[in-house]
Amino acid sequence: MSEARPPSSNRALLWAGVAVLCAWTLLPIYLLALGALGGREIVSQWPKPFAPLGLSLQTLGTFLAIEGVWRATWVSVKAAALTMAMALALGVPAGYALARFRFRGAGAYRVLILMTRAFPVAILALPLTVSFIRLGVYDTPLGVALVHAVLATPFATLVCASLFMGIPKELEEAAWVFGCSRFTGFLRVVLPLALPGIAAASIFAFVLSWNEVFAASVLTVRQRTLTAYLLSVLSESPLHLQFAGGLVLIVPSVLFIFLVRRRLFAMWGIGNR
Amino acid sequence: MREPKALPYLLIAPSALFLTGLFLIPLAQTAVLAFQESGGAWGLGNLRRMTDELNFPDALANTFKVVLLAVPLQLVLALGMTMALRNIRRGRDLLVWVWSIPLGISDLAAGLVWLAILNDQGWLNSALFRLGLIAQPQAWLTYETPAALLAAIVIAEIWRATAIVFVILLAGVQLLPKEYEEAADVFGATPWQRFFRITVPLLKPSIQTALILRTVLAFEMFAMAMALGGRNFPVLVSEAFNAQYFSQDYGVAAAYAVLVMTISVAATVLYLVALRVPAEQR
Amino acid sequence: MASITIERVAKSFGEVRALAEVDLTVADGEFLALLGPSGCGKTTLLRIVAGLESQTTGRVLIGARDVSALPPRKRGLAMVFQNYAVFPHLTVYENVAFGLRMARADKARIAAQVEKAAALLHIEALLRRHPAQLSGGQRQRVAVARALAVEPAVLLMDEPLSNLDALLRLEMRAELKAVLSEAGTTTIYVTHDQTEAMGLADRIAVMQAGRIEQIGSPSEIYDRPATRFVGGFVGSPPMNFLELPVQDGKVDLGGLALAAPPGAGARVLLGLRGEDIALARPAEAGFAFTLKVAELLGPQVLLTGVAAGGQPLRIVLPAAGPLPPLTAGGDILLKPDPARLRWMNEAGKALEGSP
Repeated sequence: MSEARPPSSNRALLWAGVAVLCAWTLLPIYLLALGALGGREIVSQWPKPFAPLGLSLQTLGTFLAIEGVWRATWVSVKAAALTMAMALALGVPAGYALARFRFRGAGAYRVLILMTRAFPVAILALPLTVSFIRLGVYDTPLGVALVHAVLATPFATLVCASLFMGIPKELEEAAWVFGCSRFTGFLRVVLPLALPGIAAASIFAFVLSWNEVFAASVLTVRQRTLTAYLLSVLSESPLHLQFAGGLVLIVPSVLFIFLVRRRLFAMWGIGNR
Repeated sequence: MREPKALPYLLIAPSALFLTGLFLIPLAQTAVLAFQESGGAWGLGNLRRMTDELNFPDALANTFKVVLLAVPLQLVLALGMTMALRNIRRGRDLLVWVWSIPLGISDLAAGLVWLAILNDQGWLNSALFRLGLIAQPQAWLTYETPAALLAAIVIAEIWRATAIVFVILLAGVQLLPKEYEEAADVFGATPWQRFFRITVPLLKPSIQTALILRTVLAFEMFAMAMALGGRNFPVLVSEAFNAQYFSQDYGVAAAYAVLVMTISVAATVLYLVALRVPAEQR
Repeated sequence: MASITIERVAKSFGEVRALAEVDLTVADGEFLALLGPSGCGKTTLLRIVAGLESQTTGRVLIGARDVSALPPRKRGLAMVFQNYAVFPHLTVYENVAFGLRMARADKARIAAQVEKAAALLHIEALLRRHPAQLSGGQRQRVAVARALAVEPAVLLMDEPLSNLDALLRLEMRAELKAVLSEAGTTTIYVTHDQTEAMGLADRIAVMQAGRIEQIGSPSEIYDRPATRFVGGFVGSPPMNFLELPVQDGKVDLGGLALAAPPGAGARVLLGLRGEDIALARPAEAGFAFTLKVAELLGPQVLLTGVAAGGQPLRIVLPAAGPLPPLTAGGDILLKPDPARLRWMNEAGKALEGSP
């Protein structure tokens, strides 16, 4: 609550700082958007405009016609969707087990999960290349998703565990008393209550995969994800194409963060326990 | 409810198997690859070839420079943002969203964002030109301007990854009962004393989490360095990538991977020890 | 030591008015309890005195000094919080010493004060421990010691006992009373527990809906509630209120005619404490009471039923005394203690001349 009024000069300073921080966050994205949507011309323009006057349907058309970017985007979407599915399929049951049972090995399992945080997991794509070629998943969205799921599953597990722990056991017990089995009780009582949180966790899994560069670059050659594609063309393609790719990378992330903004804290707060 | 004892094991089995197959085994494989010579004998040959690489000293130094410059600044900035937010009620949700946006932005995308700003004919130079500070495009991102290049990458890293520190700290602050700070206030602590003697010590677990996550991720950063500096700013992971991808020297790539993992784990352990909160102080 | 003066303090949270204009003076060395149900504004008022909340209008004086615009640290007060707010990262010693350290007291004085406060609260043995190693009652003691160690001019307590279990609460209450009367500090004590307020305070201010309903000594509040709300809030069971018609200067209490109080309108409220009603002796005039439930509460029997045209009534009889047959549905003849009738108008305000 408001403590006995701080002087108004402090207030002004506070808001000035807040405004600077907002500009610091948003302005770079705006400038990238200018570069991406401004067509070929803007790259060579000097000095560059700060107002979006150069934008037109034509420059937008150029943006939408960059074929490589959109093909790679589609691969990225597939890989991210697969990552999300795997992270949920593995993380929801494991999270439930951690939240509701005390069993030998729970501690060891937690350690395994937390270990993935201390290691740069994506680098493990290096030795996986060989086995992936043998298994036929090299250079496929599935192969990329397999590695990304290693990143996303521990996260989903911990989030789900904390979500389920937040749902009183009594609710489930009431469901059992009224005739549910463990499974139907979970489906009818626990899952609906945890659904918003699970949705947010899956969005995070999606973004995690969407943004990952290293493993995706190592594991793909022709079926490149957007990040892998952009990394490979960094030194050769014209700047406006790179900017366009950057914008395509950023926009969904911004939207996703907006969707889960109320759950950000619940998700990252779990690191403290 | 009476149930088979096996139920929890059945529930965690899929993910345990999955993580074993795609995390633990590759981890072991990486170690094996790094310490196995081409003939199959054990040895430090790969590590030696790694350290003999032309770029190795630069990559090592650059990686540490970025981490040591960016992470403390991020912590300070994020603490500032967290504290500022506590004094704001109207528009709070919007601010939280705006400040969290970079959370969803990859290091590659962040590199591209800052490339748009910092390239020779980018918006920074345009602004400087309009202000009359420079007469023609000025290069920032070349090997001739190593300080500017380092600064650019640190700035981009701060821009991208302060958000995660901020969100973790804010989550921690929201779990802190307000009464502690009110009590400090009532018992005569000035705002600064309150911050350093009460808030920061109580936030230690969150600070620890944020630093671990942030440092591990900072050591993994490479796409941003490649986007902004190209070959002019090697870091450990980009060298691993080049060894794997361009030289196809899997042994050296694995050696880099082992080095990065060792550093990450060491940093984690360091934070765990240095910022330990004894059980009785929770 | 200092008095506290609250002048026309009002507080709104946006559209919601938490406090109407409240006036209140606490004398030097006095122990005042702010009593009321949750949401009545008592905690808000306390936090305004502390400076943790800013008032919308009005001012707060401590002694002769207007502290309205000062932050808490400059008001020279101490506070015990509802959840204790004992700092978990500091030892008990450091907690108790906290206020003195902030005031830059020298080491010797800090040590002496901490020792004194610790002795007063019997926590000498705990000084090296951290709060997580203490029980709830011990943390409570640390919180009080921390407040007393600074020898504040004014001590504020926000429901300090509400988180303790019933037995411990009783014990701490007695101890608090002894410790605080020794310290002689001007104290405002917020509680929703009327027995706590009755037991501890020199004066009680009963609050409701952002206003003070009545200020008075515990016995005044109990015996002579100014409003129906106060009578209903204080006492267990609460005061009974019967709505009765007035005719020809007489009030009809279920067959028993009582002299109407001065200033009575067409109907009056009769406030009656359950223990101020007794069984009518045979052939004595009385009013009919239909028993519904009888509960034995140790030394007393609580009878719940209806009287005066179906209005609910609760009476308390000594368990040792003569008792009527305690069968549900049975009719019992009762008589009120004529000296302890509390008359109010229909709006629930006490009528002048009523005792």
